Amino acid sequence: MVMLVIALVGFSIQSNLGDPIRPLVGERVSPEEREAMAEKLGLNDPFFTQYFRFVKKALKGDLGISFIYQTSCTKVILKHAPATIELILGAALIIIVISLPLGVFTALKPRSIFSKLVMGFSTLGVSIPVFLTGIMLIYLFAVTLGWLPSYGRGETIDLFGNGYWKSGLFTIDGLKHLVLPSISLASIMLPLYIRLIRSEMMEVLETEYIKYSWAKGLSPMRIWMVHAFKNTLLPVVTVFGLQIGIMFAFTILTETVFQWQGMGFMFLDAVQRSDISLLNAYLVVVACVFVIVNTVVDIFYGFINPTVRITGTK
Amino acid sequence: MSHLLNVEDLEVKFALRFGDITAIDGISFSLDKGEKLGLVGESGAGKSVTGFSIINLISKPGFISKGRITFEGNEISAYSDSKMRQIRGDRISMIFQDPMMTLNPVFTIGMQMTEVLMAHRKMSKGQARKIALEKLKKVYIPSPEKRLAQYPHELSGGMRQRIIIAISLLTDPAIIIADEPTTALDVTIQAEIMDLLQELCESDNMALILITHDLGVVSQVTEKIAVMYAGKIIEYGPTDQIVKHPVHPYTEGLIKSIPGTVIKPGEDLVQIPGMMPTLTNIPQGCAFNPRCYLKEDICTTATPELKQKNGAMAACHMK
Amino acid sequence: MRQSLINFKESYFLYSFKRDKVAMASFIAIVIFILLALAAPWISPMNPYDANNIDIMNSEIPPAWEEGGVKQFPLGTDNMGRDMLSTMLYGLRTSILIGVGAVSLQAFIGIFMGLTAGYIGGRVDSILMRIADIQFSFPYLMVAIVVSAVFQLAFGIGKYEMLAVPLLILIIGFAEWPMYARTIRASVMGEKNKEYVEAARVIGLSRPVIMVRHVLPNSLTSLMVISTIQIANAVMSEAALSFLGLGMPVTRPSLGSLIRSGFDYIFSGSWWITVFPGIWLVVFVLVINLLGDWLRDVLNPKLYKG
Repeated sequence: MVMLVIALVGFSIQSNLGDPIRPLVGERVSPEEREAMAEKLGLNDPFFTQYFRFVKKALKGDLGISFIYQTSCTKVILKHAPATIELILGAALIIIVISLPLGVFTALKPRSIFSKLVMGFSTLGVSIPVFLTGIMLIYLFAVTLGWLPSYGRGETIDLFGNGYWKSGLFTIDGLKHLVLPSISLASIMLPLYIRLIRSEMMEVLETEYIKYSWAKGLSPMRIWMVHAFKNTLLPVVTVFGLQIGIMFAFTILTETVFQWQGMGFMFLDAVQRSDISLLNAYLVVVACVFVIVNTVVDIFYGFINPTVRITGTK
Repeated sequence: MSHLLNVEDLEVKFALRFGDITAIDGISFSLDKGEKLGLVGESGAGKSVTGFSIINLISKPGFISKGRITFEGNEISAYSDSKMRQIRGDRISMIFQDPMMTLNPVFTIGMQMTEVLMAHRKMSKGQARKIALEKLKKVYIPSPEKRLAQYPHELSGGMRQRIIIAISLLTDPAIIIADEPTTALDVTIQAEIMDLLQELCESDNMALILITHDLGVVSQVTEKIAVMYAGKIIEYGPTDQIVKHPVHPYTEGLIKSIPGTVIKPGEDLVQIPGMMPTLTNIPQGCAFNPRCYLKEDICTTATPELKQKNGAMAACHMK
Repeated sequence: MRQSLINFKESYFLYSFKRDKVAMASFIAIVIFILLALAAPWISPMNPYDANNIDIMNSEIPPAWEEGGVKQFPLGTDNMGRDMLSTMLYGLRTSILIGVGAVSLQAFIGIFMGLTAGYIGGRVDSILMRIADIQFSFPYLMVAIVVSAVFQLAFGIGKYEMLAVPLLILIIGFAEWPMYARTIRASVMGEKNKEYVEAARVIGLSRPVIMVRHVLPNSLTSLMVISTIQIANAVMSEAALSFLGLGMPVTRPSLGSLIRSGFDYIFSGSWWITVFPGIWLVVFVLVINLLGDWLRDVLNPKLYKG
């Protein structure tokens, strides 16, 4: 349902703004030739007929032809996707590793100075735009200190030998290049997660079953890390699913700052060079990713939450 | 002579922004091996806080400000947290009010049972499971093996409360503190659960502290009663004596509001007028005086002490 | 009026405000920011939009205290020779204008949709909320980026830059209205069966009147909290769009586009073009967020958890 609407939006953008003939035949064609071409491509058909054709083609994986790259959009996106995926993985890793302990700690000891510092920094964190974090990181670590590279993906390895998945995860240089972009992408979400985990954990700690666990004489570690933690995790997982979508939006910014050759970079390139079919393809793919991610999160949620597993649906 | 549990002059305060308020105001009672005590009162009288303060688990910002609690001859009110933890759930276990909220929704019954044994006894998971099964049978849970693998939400409220009772039996405790164990259940199941508790305490010679607002239940189950009002015990003694010959006008009122006890069929039930005061504005003198039909001047100036009367203790100037 | 002023003076709201130094400081800072933005044309040393004042020879002059700095440009100049201080003041003005404008638009659409959905209910409700859900499932920044990209393509860059302010207000406004709509709807659903609404209906008030005069005021606390947070969000979104080159043009820079133009020069060591507007923006957003946090803690409304 969501997919169809987005495809519709994307398609109407394309049909109103885009000129599908230009990428096919170039700039210099006579109006008669154009007209013939348009007829052949079915561009004179009613809007919805065209739309359904578009959806049909999209289902087969055909998203049109990119004007800049002169190949199919699907290919272009597939080539750029690994960079974005690796960036998101890097950022997600940082978020998980940092936000879980900090969130739990601030929930358990809300009055300690460290917790107050963390909360203060998290307010500061949400106030710094992600691109500014990126710029400051570049200035500090790349320009001033010269420790880490400031742009590009560095050395990559062709993972499956077919030229699509060029991975930077397996070379030191590639990993070095990943550090700053991941940190800056993580920086915008990190405060959110710390706060979320903190407030969920605090709520859970107030519940009857946690009080009962104390009455059972269990050790604090077991109560916090087993009983409270799993219940804290449930809502966090759901939000994580939603936020991955937002992370996609922020990859556009991060990739611009770090010249990271991913989908966001490609998207902006498409915008600046008026490659509408590529723009449209990006939209459809991102929507697709949202749906997939949400489904995966739902399944995972069902996996850790017994109440959902039994009834089958939410 | 030493009691199993002795509570002396217990005072519990809650630290609030505008100062401390007293929730429990110097109460004393004792409990012997296998004895069953009923703590009775309206909500807000301090019954639950009393129950929780025995195992030192009063929720923040409450704290014990005065008094001594001794258990098996040791002053447990002076225990450190980790020492107290060895008592909680082992020698003294607790049953909570709402079985729907008491079990952790994301773990199996089996896990929530065995963890208690593994925390208090050095034993393997297999041994713990065996004991868990044995206790589940004891509380008459059908097909106990199956239950161990189930999650709380798959069971009914009555079933869950049985499981919680089974959990409290796991370590063969000396005392079970049951905080309104039947309030959240259907009326038909209430009686079953009460009978079960009574039966288990008698067969295993466990002491029971039954916290409830229902004097009717207490009078059928326990040997001793302590009636609480606004953080104080106002009447304390053998159940029979108190139910048949209540001294304090409040107790009298409570009893008269239960059908089929002192009041004979055909007579009207009596209602105590007014409401219990909130802890922030407890009346001067006897806290019950605004609602009392025997009220005299002294009731508004001096706080009555518990004193011997008809084989029980009561705190009333007029009797 | 007088009575309500007295009520306000004695309220818990004011009491806790006076006690909380952070909230006080944030509030004062916001007022200063707004005053600076309003007064920008009078207090800034030069008008950065006026090409006559700009001398390309003055470009990339460092701040006055650095070597090579000039007193005339206390915070240095940018790559086009504009005084940083003036540009930042004007940039703040633009950012605030867009932020407040966008939030007003969001609030207007959101409140209207929320009230309609909540009060009429039934099919209208489910259709409106469906739309909100679909848009909500797409991150607002994504929506804003895509829409502005499309607008830019549709209008052509030149025309887009001329219309940038109203367009940005429109884009950011439309990108975030579901937040308001959901909150309002939730509180309307809660309120509409209460006695006072019933009573208002009995005395013959029309639906729109009941909604606006009776139900809406009950949602005000939630609205206040959301609005503060949303203004911070809108300013951030604007900065992000401008940074991507989809927002304000460099000739009339907002804080975001200033940072963008400075970014190209950061490798050559001209850090001030990026850093000053960056700090400026962060401090501004930070004080709004701090005030928003405080408001949420004090008013503690039941926000719709999305």
